[in-house]
Amino acid sequence: MGDFPILSITLLIPVLGAIFIMVLSQEQEKMIKYTAAVSTLISLALSLFVFFSYDQTRAGMQFVESIPWVKDLGVSYALGVDGISLPLLLLTNLIGFSAVYASWQVEERVKEFFSLLLLLITGVMGTFLTTDLFIFFLFYEVVVIPIYLLVIIYGSSKRVTKEYAGMKLTIYLLIGSAFLLVGLIALFIKAQTILGYPSMDIGTLAGLDFPVSFQIFAFTLMALGFGTLLSMFPFHAWSPDGYAGAPTAVSMIHAGVLKKIGGYGLIRIGLFILPAGAQYIAPIIAVLAIGNVIYAGMICLSQKDLKYIVGYSSVSHMGYVLIGFASLNLISLNGAVMMMFAHGVMSALFFAMIGSLYHKSHTRNVADFGGLAHQMPRLATGFMLAGLASLGLPGTVNFIGEFTIFVGAFRNYQLLTIIAILGIIITAVYILRTLGNVLFGPRRQEWDHLQDIRGTEMVPLLVLGGAILLGGILPYTVMDLINSGVGQLLHQIGPIQIGGIF
Amino acid sequence: MSYGLLAPEILTACLGLIVLMVGLMLPQREKRAVGILAVFGLVIILVTVLLGFNREAVFFEGVYQIDIFGNFFKVLFLCAALLIFFMSSRYVEFFGQRKSEWYSFMIFATLGMMVMVSSGDLMTLYVGLELMTISFYILSAYLLNDGLSAEAGLKYLIMGALSSAVLLFGMSLIYAASGSTVFTEIYRALSVSYNTQPVLIAGIVLLIAGLGFKISAVPFHMWAPDIYQGAPTPVTAYLAVASKAAGFAALVRVFMVALPLNHFNWSLALAILAALTIVIGNLTALPQKNVKRLLAYSSIAQAGYILVGLVAANSYGLKGLLFYAMLYVFSNVGAFAVTTIVEVETGSTDLEAFNGLGKRAPMLAAVMTVCLLSLAGIPPLAGFAGKFYLFSGAVQAGYLWLAFIGLLMSMISVFYYLNVAKTMYIGKNEDSSAFSVSTTGRMALWICLLGTIFIGIYPGPLARAAEMAIELFL
Repeated sequence: MGDFPILSITLLIPVLGAIFIMVLSQEQEKMIKYTAAVSTLISLALSLFVFFSYDQTRAGMQFVESIPWVKDLGVSYALGVDGISLPLLLLTNLIGFSAVYASWQVEERVKEFFSLLLLLITGVMGTFLTTDLFIFFLFYEVVVIPIYLLVIIYGSSKRVTKEYAGMKLTIYLLIGSAFLLVGLIALFIKAQTILGYPSMDIGTLAGLDFPVSFQIFAFTLMALGFGTLLSMFPFHAWSPDGYAGAPTAVSMIHAGVLKKIGGYGLIRIGLFILPAGAQYIAPIIAVLAIGNVIYAGMICLSQKDLKYIVGYSSVSHMGYVLIGFASLNLISLNGAVMMMFAHGVMSALFFAMIGSLYHKSHTRNVADFGGLAHQMPRLATGFMLAGLASLGLPGTVNFIGEFTIFVGAFRNYQLLTIIAILGIIITAVYILRTLGNVLFGPRRQEWDHLQDIRGTEMVPLLVLGGAILLGGILPYTVMDLINSGVGQLLHQIGPIQIGGIF
Repeated sequence: MSYGLLAPEILTACLGLIVLMVGLMLPQREKRAVGILAVFGLVIILVTVLLGFNREAVFFEGVYQIDIFGNFFKVLFLCAALLIFFMSSRYVEFFGQRKSEWYSFMIFATLGMMVMVSSGDLMTLYVGLELMTISFYILSAYLLNDGLSAEAGLKYLIMGALSSAVLLFGMSLIYAASGSTVFTEIYRALSVSYNTQPVLIAGIVLLIAGLGFKISAVPFHMWAPDIYQGAPTPVTAYLAVASKAAGFAALVRVFMVALPLNHFNWSLALAILAALTIVIGNLTALPQKNVKRLLAYSSIAQAGYILVGLVAANSYGLKGLLFYAMLYVFSNVGAFAVTTIVEVETGSTDLEAFNGLGKRAPMLAAVMTVCLLSLAGIPPLAGFAGKFYLFSGAVQAGYLWLAFIGLLMSMISVFYYLNVAKTMYIGKNEDSSAFSVSTTGRMALWICLLGTIFIGIYPGPLARAAEMAIELFL
């Protein structure tokens, strides 16, 4: 490939799209939507290309680009992908592309909507692509503001107003990021005293030997920051309200990929740079993870609004990712990354289907529905696919993720793993009950006027549903890649002994 | 000693006088020409400063110093003055027949600041400060028919006089302890005597109080909200941006050059002040319903962030201080420019006046949102890079707790900044007519918007300039 900056292009195409949309006039609705669709399609195609041309035998960072940016802070605009970031990059673009189609019916202020959406997608992509700590944080915070504006302008007010939901989400995430930023600055200054020159390169920082007490301190701050983003119990309260208030596309991107930045950050920055801190704090994270799985699962049982059910279920599923992370071994980390990918496509599909249904019926109450499979068989297929993936049915990509996590985690936390596995039963109860109440049962006359999804609405179903099944049937396409990435990372940080705190 | 290096100051003084006289001579209809004259004059002065940016000289045995640090701030004042002249091209109609004098007082205030940042001596510093402050007394009360404006002017006069007295007292005590008013001499005298004199500590504390008033640091901030709200909006903008920067420049020069840390740990004292300023400024901004008042409280909080740079007193911290002072010009003037235009159109600066601005004037709403988010420190806007420098400096100097407070509060500040954004984007307004913005106003908006984004995305050049400017302190 030589010096062709393929990652930069993947990253910048949506920005160009957003700028182009900004200069169009508000009336050119079709043109705006096509611009958004085309720019996300190009990014998707490019990231698929990168995905298939990544050389797994060589592992490590590939397609590397680096331009010195701010010298006195040691910042460089550095991009690169490895086996951990690549699946998440692909996930971002799969969801980004589907999200554009899932919001095809937006009619008000189309221009602002799609330019903000494209900026949001860029921000998320940037965090997975960069290998520089400063740039990572920059992209991470870039996403927060477009989300706020999208929620307050296009969101829906049901149980809580959209203004409340938007502000809650924003403040939670920003306060989390304040902790993260303090940790990051402390890390930067410490590294500078050790190195003698400033550097923000994640690889360079990971090569340094920080004192253990400092690692514990810095990792705690990062765990708070990333944990909030990953909706770690008890910092999860923003997530269900936020998803419920947000427009479909934002819920898809937020639940699908944005949360995963938390998990990715824990692995790429927390574990990679501060391994001693990670192993010290890991048991606490494992215990909190059980809080996610069981507590959020229980709340799910009592929810009536479809978006809240998926919202809490996504909190609950993040518990699996966390326990996978907290076990800190190759298999469990593989599972955690796989689970992030799997949960991403699943929850995005779920939100897309709920969005379609809500757009037509103007209600999200489970009790209002029944027998929708009669009127809307295609929508029902999407719901079933997402629901069954959610409870980890073999044949879907989620099964691969969950199974791997449990195998890996059982080595370190027998009891906690068993409790976590029990969580699947809770998931099965609320998912099957919801699906049964909404889709099956006798035909209800009042929904006869609903049209099944068709045309552009089918795109999310085909793209995301396809990913769920392909990943489930041919897991090695993604799994081998993840394995090469995690393997390399663990190899670099050396042996890990969990514990110290208890 | 080459007096050519004093050209910026001399030219500014001449420009102020010329503008004043030309304004008196021109007939009423032709007064627009005064504004154009003032802008051209400032541009020429700006070019003069930039041409001699790297030149250094000491005048009158250290009493007056031309150096990169001073030039950096002169560029800052001139940019701010130009931007404010641009944005207020329609606002000056409110001043009626007195608009030519307004330009002239603004230029004199600029001259005062220029003298302040270049002074190497306590008395010169005081003279510059008074020239600036007295100009501002008049400027604050410039809306004659507006009770709030008159109140602002009077309040500023009383409070300002008080703080000047405190400052002078502090200076006299430092003179008593060291036997000199020249910064370098003070340093020399103080570093040979190792016993800490109570009189010196009292002097430093009073100095902090006097200058703390100018930068509106808590607990010397009480004047700011009323005066910011009452003064004409362009004056408020200049007061918030330039007079604050001048106060910081003076603080940095006095503390870094004249007062060694081993006598009295002023760094810790300032750290406590900075923390208080950040916390109280942000918390009191939360419930504000008037945008000018909100910006006043926010500017108190911003002063706290900038003060962190002086607390750190190392390379990152001081660089951050200069960097932040400069980006603050673009972000804050941008926010005030939008407020000014809204005030000209709707006659109010209440939050309700901003309802539906996102639909009526998308450009204004976009500039306001970007500038406010930059003040909140959201990347990739300029404010983030500035805070990163400031708090890196603080952590390096061992003030981790200060970085904690600062960053946490800056995230909380997002709440009130976003409140404005929310009003603009989802607020309802019966009046949906579009805004008419003058060409120069539009130019100011674009400069602020692009400046804020450019500095945020590519902070290198500005950081380099700031680094050159602080070399003499390290």
